[in-house]
Parts: sequence; structure tokens; C-alpha cells
Amino acid sequence: MATVTASEAAQAAEVQAHPRPRRGRRSGKGERRNWLGGAVGWVWLLIVIVPIYWIVVTSFKTQANYFITNPMVPPSDPTLANYRFVVDEGFVGYFVNSVIVTLGATVPAVAVSFMAAYAIVRGTGGRFLRLTNSLFLLGLAIPLQAVIIPVYLIIIKLQLYDTLMAIILPSIAFAIPLSVLVLGNFIRDVPRELFESMRMDGASEWSMLWRLALPLTRPALVTVSIYQGLTVWNNFLLPLILIQSPDKRPLPLALWAFQGQYGVNVPAIAASVVLTTLPILILYAIGRRQLLSGLTAGFGK
Amino acid sequence: MTVLAPPAVPTTRTRRPASSVGGHGRVWWLALPALGMFVVFGVVPLLGVLGLSFTTWDGLGAITPSGLDSWRATLADPGLPHALWVTFEIMVLSWLFQTPVSILIGVFLAGPQRYREFLAVLYFIPLLLSAAAIAITYKALLDPNFGLGAGLGMPFLQQNWLGESGLALAVVVFVVSWQFIPFHSLIYQGAVRQIPRSMYEAAQIDGAGRVRQFFSITLPQLKYTIVTSSTLMVVGSLTFFDLIFVLTEGGPGDATRSLALEMYKTGFQANLMGPASAIAVILVVVGLLIALLLRRLGGRGDESQLEGA
Repeated sequence: MATVTASEAAQAAEVQAHPRPRRGRRSGKGERRNWLGGAVGWVWLLIVIVPIYWIVVTSFKTQANYFITNPMVPPSDPTLANYRFVVDEGFVGYFVNSVIVTLGATVPAVAVSFMAAYAIVRGTGGRFLRLTNSLFLLGLAIPLQAVIIPVYLIIIKLQLYDTLMAIILPSIAFAIPLSVLVLGNFIRDVPRELFESMRMDGASEWSMLWRLALPLTRPALVTVSIYQGLTVWNNFLLPLILIQSPDKRPLPLALWAFQGQYGVNVPAIAASVVLTTLPILILYAIGRRQLLSGLTAGFGK
Repeated sequence: MTVLAPPAVPTTRTRRPASSVGGHGRVWWLALPALGMFVVFGVVPLLGVLGLSFTTWDGLGAITPSGLDSWRATLADPGLPHALWVTFEIMVLSWLFQTPVSILIGVFLAGPQRYREFLAVLYFIPLLLSAAAIAITYKALLDPNFGLGAGLGMPFLQQNWLGESGLALAVVVFVVSWQFIPFHSLIYQGAVRQIPRSMYEAAQIDGAGRVRQFFSITLPQLKYTIVTSSTLMVVGSLTFFDLIFVLTEGGPGDATRSLALEMYKTGFQANLMGPASAIAVILVVVGLLIALLLRRLGGRGDESQLEGA
């Protein structure tokens, strides 16, 4: 905690002096007071908020103003010039690239994972499917970083280097193991009587997959899609290695390049970070619960 | 979220063999598309990286087999033990920092008060940000001339955070924790909510205080969650790349050059793909060994360590 600033510590101390506005509400003597947890909770909240607050405030300052005003005080004359500058630098294009890559990887990844999970659950006992399942479980332990060199080689051989497809294909592959694992757990919970009765009616596995398993596991599909979508959206290594042309960069790579170019223009950097983070924050505001459960998708349900 | 390693220990739920009535013969082909993709971009590269570690390749030209040359060069390079040491330091320090803080916050957030719900909204924002955005924010924020410290005129904040070896490593550990503590708090929050209230009520009747309850009930009940969370932290920290790369690029000098960065620099900057592949193999082996070791320590074999999270 050495990096807690003096001002943060002071504010935290103040907060601790008046904690828990509604402490007595449900309590009586049975209430367990968690002072240490509360203190750490509030201090850490400040540590989370301060950089975010700072970057938002700074993004509305002119570069000249930035150096003479208190960095924690919002500007008296907020400007959108930094945002205009960032947009002029091509961030709309980078945003489109990110959307293409994210949708292009997440939708097929979840679709093929769902089919595979269905097969693994419904076809238990078959040797081929058992082997496939073990392979996916092994895949959970393979970090992308460790295999990036052969992936680079394969992409060159497929003549996909410096295309968005080069990011999409490996992203799909690396989304599969965890998606299959989680979706399989949910498909397993579909009562088997439902499958039985559909089969009696002469339904094929293919139509049971879409008309029975899909509607009943829709929440899980949303959750897995969110998790994988966020992973792809934020990926940095694949574009760093596989993309060369500036106009094909997705957002994280574009951010990095932008900072390399305009490092001292702090308000512009701040605006680029805020602008690229905004879409996710908006989604977070809309679907917080789905998003948070998506983030722990791998941990049972 | 790019660096979040998937759980190293798969969930095993109660199996219901009866659900196999569908029959293997009719569904197996549904697994083919996923299997195909995963083999081409997962399994083949895993074998490929081992293969490439016995070759010489500059990343552009022809690949020529060269026996053990790459391994000899890699193992003789003093950069390797250094990178292993840096990786180890980051792993241990960030575990030591993140685990107690995450547990405390998780316990705190699991409480019933409504306003904690509101706090949680702000809390989990770092989970959504890309490592690149986080690193860029901190890089700007910590700049001794243009950052927050200079603006506030506070000498303590005005240190050359990313320019001195010890400080830079501390900053990396801190920023890693900033990114991941919310995630682990979330796991602990879920686990704490699963602990039966009756246990605490019984303890209260026996006169156990808050601290005693924490150490006698909460912590033991969280045992498997701690193993899971630690596995993710430790195995994940092996592969931190984006954050360190953008924040310090392994510097100053090689002070924060971890194994993943060493691999990138060897392969894609020095164009020595053979030795870089050897480093990647070491990365995989170390990761698997640590995951197995932690699983052994967790001591629950094949059972689920993830349920209740």
C-alpha cells in the first residue's frame, strides 16, 4: 500500500470517521461489524476511483490549462477539443475494426462451442467425444502468449498476415475451451425427459439443439458471449503481432500507438483512453449483472 | 481481461450418464467445427512451439533445423534466470498484496447493506478496461514531469516511478493488483455469500467475536476459493504481457522484463524465433508445474474447487 497518496489516505481517514451511513439498520447486537474490511474497502475504492476520475477530468482540459490547474479539479471551461483531435486521428476506424473483430470472433466461437458442448453432453461415452473433451480441458491450460510464435507462422502461411481475419481466427480458437466447459455445465442441467419427449416426436439432434437446448441455456450463452467478447475487445497481443497497417488497428493497439506519438499531450491521451473505454462503460451501465456474472463464467455457476 | 487465465482446474459436476441416451453416433459431428478450429490454432501451435525451439528462424526467411542450438543459447543467456526471477518476484509480490485485500473486500462486499451494492458498481470498473488502457493511464499519471504528482506539487508523487528499477517493479505489482483485485474480490464475494448463516449464528451463541468468526469460520470455508483464486493469480502472472509491455516495456534496463516479455523481445525484436520458442516452452512447463503444485496443495484431487464461486 506504499503507493497510497497522502491525500487519498487523508480522505480515507475522513471516510472511516463516518462510515456506514445505515449501520444500525438491520442490526441489533447480532450485526457482525467488519471494521477492517470496511476500511480496506473504502480505501481501495478511492484507489480505484482516483485514476479514473483524473483521466476523465484531464480529458476536458486544454493542453495549456493542464499545466497550470490543479489536476484533481475539473476545468472551469471544459473543452471537447481533445476528443475532436482523437476522432480526427482515425479512432472511428479503429472502433469499427474492434467491433468487426469482436463480433466476428465471439459469435462463431460461441456457436461452435455450443454445438460441441451439446455433442459432448448428449453423446457421453463415445471415445471420440471423450478425447475431444480432454483436449479442450487441456486447452484451458495453454496461454496464448506461449503459442504466439507458431500462430504467427500459421497466419503467414495462410496469407492472412495484416488482416482482421488474422486476429479473428486465433481468438475463436482460444475462446473455445472455456466456452465449451461452461456451456456444457448448463446443457447438462436440461432435464433429460425433455430430450426424450422430443425424440419421441421424431425430432433430430440438430433440431433439439436449436429448439430445446438453445432456449433453455440462453442466459448462459449471453454470459459466455459477454466474457469472450470482452476478452477479444481488450486483446492486445494478437494485433500487436499480426497487424502492421495503421488503418487495421483495433482500439487497444491504436491507443498504444497514439500514446507513442503524442506522449506529452496528456489531455489528448486522456481523451483517447476515455473515448475507447466509453462503449464498454455504457454496456456496463445497461447490463451490469449479466456482465459481472459473465466475468466469473469459468467458476461453476 | 486479456490476461485472465482460464481456470486451471476444470469444474467436474455430478455426472449423469443417463443423459447419453441421445447416442454418440448421432451427435459426434457437432463437435467437429470447434475441434477443427482448436486443433489448428491451439494444439498445432503447442506442438509447433516445441518444434520451432529446435530450429533457426528470423521470422521472415526459411526455417532451418538446428538441433539444440536454440536451447543452448537460451539456457546460457543470463537474461533467462533474470527473467525467471522478475516473473517470480511479480508473482509472489502481487499474490501477497492481492490475496488479503481481495478477501477483505470480498467479505465486506458480501454484507447485506444496500450501499455496498452501489460501491460494487464502481469497484468492478477496472475489470472492464483493457490492460493497454490501464497501463497508458498509469504511465501518464505517474510521469514525474507531466503527471499527477507534478500537478499537485507533491514531491512524494513526483518520483521517477518508471525510471528506477525497484520503483518500476513496485508500480507493476501495484497496477496489476489495481486491475485484478476487483476480479478476485468478486470471486470471494460469491464464496462468502455461500457460507451458511447458521454457522455464524452458532458462533455468536458461543460468544465468538467478529475476528474469531473470521478466522474460525470465514477463512476455513474459503479454503478452496483461495486455492482457485491463487491458481488464477499465480498462473496468470506468468503471462502478464500487455500491461508490462505498455507500462515499462520491460525497463528500466531489464528491471521488469518478465518471461513473457523476454520471449517477445527475443522473438519479435531480436528476430530469434528459435530461442524465443524455447522460452515459450519454458513458460508452458513452469505454468503447468505451478498449477499442478497448487492443486496438490489444495488437496482435493478431482473434486470441484470452483463451486460456490
